Amino acid sequence: MAPTIMGKPEVNPGPLARRPDNSAFKQQRLPAWSPMLTANTVLPFFYGMAVVCILLGVWLLITVNNTHQHKVDYTQGSCDECFEMRKDRTKADQRCNCTVGFRIHDAFKGDVFFYYGLINFHQNLRQYMDSRDDGQMTGRKAHLKNPSPYCKPFVADQNGLPIAPCGAVANSIFNDSFTLFYTGEGSPKVQVPLFRKGIAWYTDKNVKFRNPQVDNKTQTLAQVFEGTTRPLFWQKPVYDLDPRDPNNNGFINEDLIVWMREAAFPNFKKLYGVLDRTRKPFKEGLPSGNYSIQIFYNFPVQYFRGGKEVILSTISWFGGQNRFLPIAYLVTGSLILLLAILLTAVWWKFGKNGQNMEE
Amino acid sequence: MGSLLSRLGLECGAKEVKEEERNIRANDREYNLSYKYANNAIKTSKYNIFTFLPLNLFEQFQRLANAYFLFLLCLQLIPDISSLSWFTTVVPLVLVLAMTMAKDGSDDIVSAIPFNPSIRTADLLLLSSSEPLNLVYIETAELDGETNLKVKQGLTVTGELEDSIEKLASFDGQVRCEPPNNRLDKFTGCLSLDGAMYSLDNEKILLRGCTLRNTQWCFGLVLFGGPDTKLMQNCGKTTFKRTSIDRLMNVLVLSIFGFLAIMCLILAIGNGIWEYQEGATFAAFLPKPEGVNPPFSAFLTFWSYVIILNTVVPISLYVSVEIIRLGNSFYIDWDRKMYYPKNDTPAQARTTTLNEELGQIKYIFSDKTGTLTQNIMTFNKCSINGKSYERVDFSWNKLADPKFWFHDHSLVEVVRGGNPKAHDFFRLLALCHTVMPEEKKEGELYYQAQSPDEGALVTAARNFGFVFRSRTPESITVVEMGKLVTYELLAVLDFNNVRKRMSVIVRSPDGRLTLYCKGADTIIFERLHPSSKNVMEATTQHLNEYAGDGLRTLALAYKDIDLNYMEDWKKRHHEASTGMEQREEKLDALYEEIEKGLLLLGATAVEDKLQDGVPQTIEQLAKADIKIWVLTGDKQETAENIGYSCNMLREEMTEVFIAYALEKDMQKELLRTACMCQTVICCRVTPLQKAQVVELVKKYKQAITLAIGDGANDVSMIKAAHIGVGISGQEGMQAVLSSDYSFAQFRYLQRLLLVHGRWSYLRMCKFLRYFFYKNFTFTLVHFWYGFFCGFSAQTVYDEWFITLYNLVYTALPVLGLSLFDQDVNDRWSFQYPQLYAPGQLNQYFSKKAFIYTVLHSGYSSLVLFFIPWAAMYDTVRDDGKDIVDYQSFALLAQTCLLIAVNIQLGLDTYYWTAVNQFFLWGSLSVYFAVTFTMYSNGMFLIFTSSFPFIGAARNSLNQPNMWLTILITSILCVVPVVAYRFLRILLWPTINDKVSKAVLPAAPRRIQPRRISTRRSGYAFSHAQGYGDLVTSGRFLRRTPRSRGIVFSHTDSPLAQAKPQLYRTIVEGEEPPQIP
Repeated sequence: MAPTIMGKPEVNPGPLARRPDNSAFKQQRLPAWSPMLTANTVLPFFYGMAVVCILLGVWLLITVNNTHQHKVDYTQGSCDECFEMRKDRTKADQRCNCTVGFRIHDAFKGDVFFYYGLINFHQNLRQYMDSRDDGQMTGRKAHLKNPSPYCKPFVADQNGLPIAPCGAVANSIFNDSFTLFYTGEGSPKVQVPLFRKGIAWYTDKNVKFRNPQVDNKTQTLAQVFEGTTRPLFWQKPVYDLDPRDPNNNGFINEDLIVWMREAAFPNFKKLYGVLDRTRKPFKEGLPSGNYSIQIFYNFPVQYFRGGKEVILSTISWFGGQNRFLPIAYLVTGSLILLLAILLTAVWWKFGKNGQNMEE
Repeated sequence: MGSLLSRLGLECGAKEVKEEERNIRANDREYNLSYKYANNAIKTSKYNIFTFLPLNLFEQFQRLANAYFLFLLCLQLIPDISSLSWFTTVVPLVLVLAMTMAKDGSDDIVSAIPFNPSIRTADLLLLSSSEPLNLVYIETAELDGETNLKVKQGLTVTGELEDSIEKLASFDGQVRCEPPNNRLDKFTGCLSLDGAMYSLDNEKILLRGCTLRNTQWCFGLVLFGGPDTKLMQNCGKTTFKRTSIDRLMNVLVLSIFGFLAIMCLILAIGNGIWEYQEGATFAAFLPKPEGVNPPFSAFLTFWSYVIILNTVVPISLYVSVEIIRLGNSFYIDWDRKMYYPKNDTPAQARTTTLNEELGQIKYIFSDKTGTLTQNIMTFNKCSINGKSYERVDFSWNKLADPKFWFHDHSLVEVVRGGNPKAHDFFRLLALCHTVMPEEKKEGELYYQAQSPDEGALVTAARNFGFVFRSRTPESITVVEMGKLVTYELLAVLDFNNVRKRMSVIVRSPDGRLTLYCKGADTIIFERLHPSSKNVMEATTQHLNEYAGDGLRTLALAYKDIDLNYMEDWKKRHHEASTGMEQREEKLDALYEEIEKGLLLLGATAVEDKLQDGVPQTIEQLAKADIKIWVLTGDKQETAENIGYSCNMLREEMTEVFIAYALEKDMQKELLRTACMCQTVICCRVTPLQKAQVVELVKKYKQAITLAIGDGANDVSMIKAAHIGVGISGQEGMQAVLSSDYSFAQFRYLQRLLLVHGRWSYLRMCKFLRYFFYKNFTFTLVHFWYGFFCGFSAQTVYDEWFITLYNLVYTALPVLGLSLFDQDVNDRWSFQYPQLYAPGQLNQYFSKKAFIYTVLHSGYSSLVLFFIPWAAMYDTVRDDGKDIVDYQSFALLAQTCLLIAVNIQLGLDTYYWTAVNQFFLWGSLSVYFAVTFTMYSNGMFLIFTSSFPFIGAARNSLNQPNMWLTILITSILCVVPVVAYRFLRILLWPTINDKVSKAVLPAAPRRIQPRRISTRRSGYAFSHAQGYGDLVTSGRFLRRTPRSRGIVFSHTDSPLAQAKPQLYRTIVEGEEPPQIP
């Protein structure tokens, strides 16, 4: 009957051989801290929390209000013609551009970021998100010619040539391109210079997305991709995405990388470029004045009943211009304050003298 | 102790047809085999090495939960449905199966160890024995709890076999008898031997569970073996016990399945609509596979969501529950305060699956003998001729029983000084009884008393110098102050329930005829000679004192009888006892006539020693609102006495007598009456009736019951109750072996219930509430996300997080909570037994609590999804780059969730030990460590397709807005809970809140045993009608006895008087009966 564990013989033979150990653990007497919800802890906690939330909210609100943002929806309006043209699939290869003008009253001080936005585009559909091959895009040669079946139905074209990059995500890349022009007071129209690189995460650019190995120095990127074909909806092959910068081609093209980082929600914006502040008059940011964007309108939106927009924005340490958190902190702080006052009143009336605590 | 050799075995097989009659031929193996009767082997182990794996897996998949997860796994293997990688289900499932398998395996190894062999393992027909006239002496404590000796006698014809092996081997008797049944008191059958038929009755049967006494050997023919024995038949069915929480959990799990189906249905319908409205247009970007139209897509989505949302019923729930119960069982094993040093017995949790039910007990059914009492009687005080004595030292008497102590030197002086009254007093004790002496060696006397109190009285006389040495039917030999005196025994006027007294009439060597009488004081006092009036007054006063001390008292009286009158009386007595008509009445009248005009000698006070702390324990349990029923095979007076001394019965209670029946129509009536009572004592209950009473309460009261007992007669009740507790180390191991918990002393029951039970219940409920909370919250976030991702069964979290959430990230903190938490410590639990009430009322975990939990997690999931959604919407990193991508959002959502549920855990924890802290902070650190590892370059480069989240942690967790989002979700999750709890404590404090706030006094209150009873015991010849007639009849003394004087064969088991039986209920004085 002696409880032996794992067949070990009972230690300590004798009259009290089976007496349990007198350890704090076995006797359930471990030293412990038992905090209790008393007025002394709860009420100060509530007031403190209220103050912290309100202060945070105010601070964040000020921070957010110091940023500037300008949104231009170009789905239709002056781009109506292109919008109609893109409805016709047979005209997919025809070029179409349009121009959208707007005015910035207050100068955008500091770094300015150029985003494109999509409305109601479900990058977060499970089947859509799965339709990619990370192995291929990280430069595995085996995957290059033999993409993962997850890419279905964008694994290969009608001729059986493997698609690079394969999958629905890459296939549907956003392919509008923009040129931003500035017309200052009494000055001629100038193009606003944008950095088109440095818009992707460092890890994506340097680890997750790699071009397949170039065998020897003489081999070009085009030769590496030989034996593959471009995605169905693409006009250009992957090794020729950026004609101006050969280092921005292939899987490490930053527009591609940005697109491949699928958005969590159907309305999203993605970084297109960053203002180049090396040249006048953009050293301080975007000056006030009239702006126009020339758009090469390629991306069809009628398929998903969505919209497209362009967003110009400055940012803070807190990110873009989203007022939700500051307001949420202010509201939460106020609610906690109200609650704290209510609790204090109740405690004053019922709990202070502990009349409910009597036996 | 004699040995019992059963040579005539039976083989066994499954019994398929109901047995009508049993046929056994001695020494004819083939014949007996043809009937396939059960043999002695009782197989307790389930598996062997080869069958273990398949059988165990088969059994495990029979469990609903496991089968469900297997089904999920199959679903995941269908590519169109699979919304999660296979490992999210396989890893937990394999882990769970392996752990359960290990546990089942080790349990099976333990149960394969055969159990205690010291008990008779079959029911035998007694053939021959070492004693004259084929007698054997047995003790049936294991069967009915009685410790007195009983006699069984074999047939004369079989007795001739003696111990000759040849004769036994050639014995060819054939037995036809009743089929196996559970009647301990009845047996019918016949033995045909050499053409003659002999009738067999219960007197010739030795039952499994009885112990041979004073018998060298005996031979028997096995009639019933193994499970067919009457003891086993009485044991009741062994049923797999489940706790009420288990049952509730099953109901909840089923309703959760319903809930799951509804959620999936909503999402599937949503998907159908979405596909119809949007999906078709999105098809350019995501072409649909062939034949997938919106309804079919909705159908597939339904199953995809079944996979994703299955975490509302996580598989780890069952494993965690088992672990918690196991842990809390270990605490019981380890508890030093439930360890009994005298026989080195720690408490033992033999079942590890019932702990929390210990915190919900509403009814306790207790055996009496050996459970409440030690079953040791001690002669404590006496009053002789109006003078009270107590406590004496006996070193001057060589024949004294060394264990007996009674320190009152004045009494010794009186006895040694030759006080005639004192001599008469002890002479009476030495003569007037039915005890059997046994003297194995000169000077070493053993008494076999049919009741422990009689033994105590005779032992007292012996120690005072009136040593009862031996008896024959006609004489009693006593050593009186060193002088051998033989009295001629003329008559024994036996005890019965009505008479409540017993007398003997003896002739002393000098020819004096004396009647010695002992009995209940009220009865004796009615029959006293007027000259005893003065002594009576003094004695009454003493008796009141004794009874006030809870002692069992007896009055002693005697009278000298005229020789001529005696001659006449004896003649009439002979006529009456041989007459056929109204024998009982006539004898009673004769007894009544002679027991008159008695002279009072004094009174004795015997203590039926309760176990230590029994009254306090009962008082504590009563305060915890636990109803205690005592079920005993004893007769009413004895049971009542115990009731009074246990504090169960008190003076102010009025008494109600009800004829007792367990028949169908009476059941409800009985229950209704009994439940109005504070205390119920059922006497004269057979083992199976004990179980029936328990079943009755279980059936009609829906309350949790606990049965506690120590003997084989309690086994059925222990098995029938929700929880069975065995007192170990007393009457044998039967009760312990069938019990769920065992310990050495009744008083440990209060610690088991008020401390361990309460904690276990509290912990289990907290665990379940928290567990459902964390999983519902976890799952509902997916549900909300469904509305943003086109109902495409996209998960919110990383698949690895889904896999590890229950297994790693939240497993240990919740285990810490459910293994260490204490709302109040053990001293407070004792101090305020009312703290036990929430368990009885199912307050901590019920359907209501569950719904509250679901609503709470609904709120939390809304916060945990929509706050991050709104906070991240349209925002970017501090360098303008992307942060609203799916991977960053998944990371944010899962981090918010994990921190929020951990804070909730912190709020639920009352008792923060270092281990809790370590588990909590450790799990959080592990989460971040694992997350950063899995999102690292290395993992991505090695397992590219499994870890696509590369860099997500580095790129988003360094963003202030991420952390500000986490902070506000935590605040919003916590604040309402804290406010609600604070208000609740303030406005509607529970007993727990009050106790937690109070200040612990320096020393725990010592509960004084209350013995206010002034009611005197109506004596206690404890069990059945005595053996008086047998003592005198001498009907078996044809052969000369070797070592023994007298034997008696007529057993009058209480079981023989089965129905209708008396039971007695006692209600509190004022309380009016309420008819529900």
